[in-house]
Amino acid sequence: MEPKVLTGEHFINGDIACAEGAIAAGCTFFGAYPITPATEVAERMAERLPDLGGTFIQMEDEIAAITSILGAAWTGAKTMTATSGPGFSLMMETVGLAVVTETPCVVVNVQRGGPSTGLPTMGAQADMMQARWGSHGDYEIIALSPSSPQEMFDLTIEAFNLSETYRVPVFIMSDEVVGHMSEKVVIPQASKIRTVSRPRPSGRKDRFKPYQPGPNGVPPMPAIGDGYNVHVTGLTHDEQGYPVMSVDTQKEMMARLLGKIRNNLHDIIRTQSYLLSDADIVIVSYGVSARTSYTAVDELRSMGIRAGLFRLITVWPFPEDQIRELAKRVKGFVTVEINMGQISREVQRCAGSAVPSYLAGHSGGTVITPDAVIQLIKEVF
Amino acid sequence: MKYWREPLDTGDIDVVRGKVHIIKDRCKGCGYCIEFCPREVLGFSKEFNKKGYHPPMVVKSSECLNCHYCELLCPEFAIYTVADDVETEASV
Amino acid sequence: MARAKRQTKAKSAPLEEIPKHPLEDLIRVERIPHIWCPGCGIGTVFSACLSAIKQTGIDYGKFSMVSGIGCSGRGAGYVRLDSFHTTHGRAIPFATGIKMADPSVNVIVFSGDGDLFAIGGNHFIHAARRNMDITVICINNFIYGMTGGQVAATTPHMAKSATTPYGNPDSPFNLPMLAIASGATYVARWTMIHSRDLTHAFVEAINHRGFSFIEVLSPCPINYARRNKIKTMDMVRQFQNNTIIKNHAAPSELDIDFQKGVVLGKFIDIDKPTPDEILVKMRDQRKNP
Repeated sequence: MEPKVLTGEHFINGDIACAEGAIAAGCTFFGAYPITPATEVAERMAERLPDLGGTFIQMEDEIAAITSILGAAWTGAKTMTATSGPGFSLMMETVGLAVVTETPCVVVNVQRGGPSTGLPTMGAQADMMQARWGSHGDYEIIALSPSSPQEMFDLTIEAFNLSETYRVPVFIMSDEVVGHMSEKVVIPQASKIRTVSRPRPSGRKDRFKPYQPGPNGVPPMPAIGDGYNVHVTGLTHDEQGYPVMSVDTQKEMMARLLGKIRNNLHDIIRTQSYLLSDADIVIVSYGVSARTSYTAVDELRSMGIRAGLFRLITVWPFPEDQIRELAKRVKGFVTVEINMGQISREVQRCAGSAVPSYLAGHSGGTVITPDAVIQLIKEVF
Repeated sequence: MKYWREPLDTGDIDVVRGKVHIIKDRCKGCGYCIEFCPREVLGFSKEFNKKGYHPPMVVKSSECLNCHYCELLCPEFAIYTVADDVETEASV
Repeated sequence: MARAKRQTKAKSAPLEEIPKHPLEDLIRVERIPHIWCPGCGIGTVFSACLSAIKQTGIDYGKFSMVSGIGCSGRGAGYVRLDSFHTTHGRAIPFATGIKMADPSVNVIVFSGDGDLFAIGGNHFIHAARRNMDITVICINNFIYGMTGGQVAATTPHMAKSATTPYGNPDSPFNLPMLAIASGATYVARWTMIHSRDLTHAFVEAINHRGFSFIEVLSPCPINYARRNKIKTMDMVRQFQNNTIIKNHAAPSELDIDFQKGVVLGKFIDIDKPTPDEILVKMRDQRKNP
């Protein structure tokens, strides 16, 4: 029987690394439904969880998979599911339920080409806006985008920590390339891994209000059987958790749901800068596309073009302020992503009309080569 | 109660009597308790409750045998019965 | 014995103190009155469910109620337990998550026919197939009540609804047959008027190890009865008079036809391992091969 944290160096693919990250983070429940190219996450969890006292269950569809992890989360467990495009679409309604009931959970999307069945075995990054806006209504969400199998491990742990801290579903927006790419993954000692668990309530049970916020805007969360007798609903609710169909309640609830993310951006947003301090041209990228962007920056530099990379590790919430700051001093932006313009719209919105913003995109099925990025930059700047 | 023949265990049987409690303002006037009471203990009251419905009222209190059927049927948790003082045939 | 106990209790209470409704400790009293219409049977079924919870003697902390969307779906909002009002049709997978993550919880799914058998039909048959150890209570009022009386998967053939103004061209599900065919290990049907049998069935279902399903026929006064020109009280009388109690009846006899008589009773009650038990066994086997 293998231990919980597989400390050491491994040569594994991104999907497996993601599963190991989840286990290291303390995930004990996985609701599954097979879909290429995310299936390996489920398979690894199926193999590992029973030995660790956890539960793996393959449900009848993706809706059931994500709904089961919400139910399980209310028993106090850290829970996860993994899917790809079509499954992600099916999960969207329940993402809204997780948001409004403030149920922590992690949803992995190993993106493939779409729309519809699209390119099941080939990568894309075209679900980025769906991750942000896919469920109906207003909400804030957290999405992380790993660029390597190592980050699939590291960021899955981060995803759980953020989810537990803010009681919000967190997406791992990976893609087929990173998911199926095998690289060295270093798993640290268990004691060196920082894990966070949701705040639990204390005090008088009869006076407990399940949606009364704590100091960071996040209410403590009891588990089933803790004796708090909570009512949890997808309807607009007051601090007691009871449905109230009123403008004021909606306003209050929404302000807090949005506020707990918007007021903690400094804690949530993670980005990485590469040769940005003197850059004229900023390449904005994330996930697998960030890998090719590094090469593009190096090659552009060798040609004497002062390019730099602004890599989004947290894609949502979007680092608006950082882009605005950069826009004040650079000549322009190029967003590199495997879609026909999604995050580039955000960059454009934040850059404003002061500097131009371009897309080095692709309709999916393959990565964007450094040459394509270089060529575009040479053409437009 | 009149019998054509006195049962042999009459003296040993406790005849349970019930007392009906009605939380009038919870009632929505469906009438199930009145309609399905096996002893016809209840009837519609003429008064209106807070919500504007006619709640039930006890019309034959001595008939209630504390069977709880009104309590079980009531969709509103508005009626229930408790055992009244024990009376046996012998003591009457 | 129980009767004697009850009497001494009542006697010892001070005269002027009015005893509370016996289910008061299980209701979110502050949320009463509930949203159900006058004459709606959901309240009765809900009350029977709470009585059953009480009768099992199991610690309330070991229960959880999950509902979907619709009139019956509001059930979870009125019970003083950890309770969940989820999305439309998804009560069963939510309940499955709870049960598989913490098998010590008795999970009751309280929802309606539209929620459980149209939008949630797939989840129902799969939970039954797995013999997931949950109790599913379906209030069948033959219609979508909350949205104003549209045709459901349980609406009788040729009955009128808001979306079948000229009569329902389709045929309804035979729910117990569906449940049995899918693998449910406890299946019963009662009506709201049979509240003693119903409560007893709920107790059995909660204590049953495995997937238990109870269909409860109930009137929708506004959106079904009125539209089909049936008086609610007549419908309830029909539940009393035009029904036949026949335990272990053949599933094919269980279609709903009040002319020939609707069969009620317990149709199946068998023992089969449940997924949570098997998981625990698997974990142990892996530890000590």
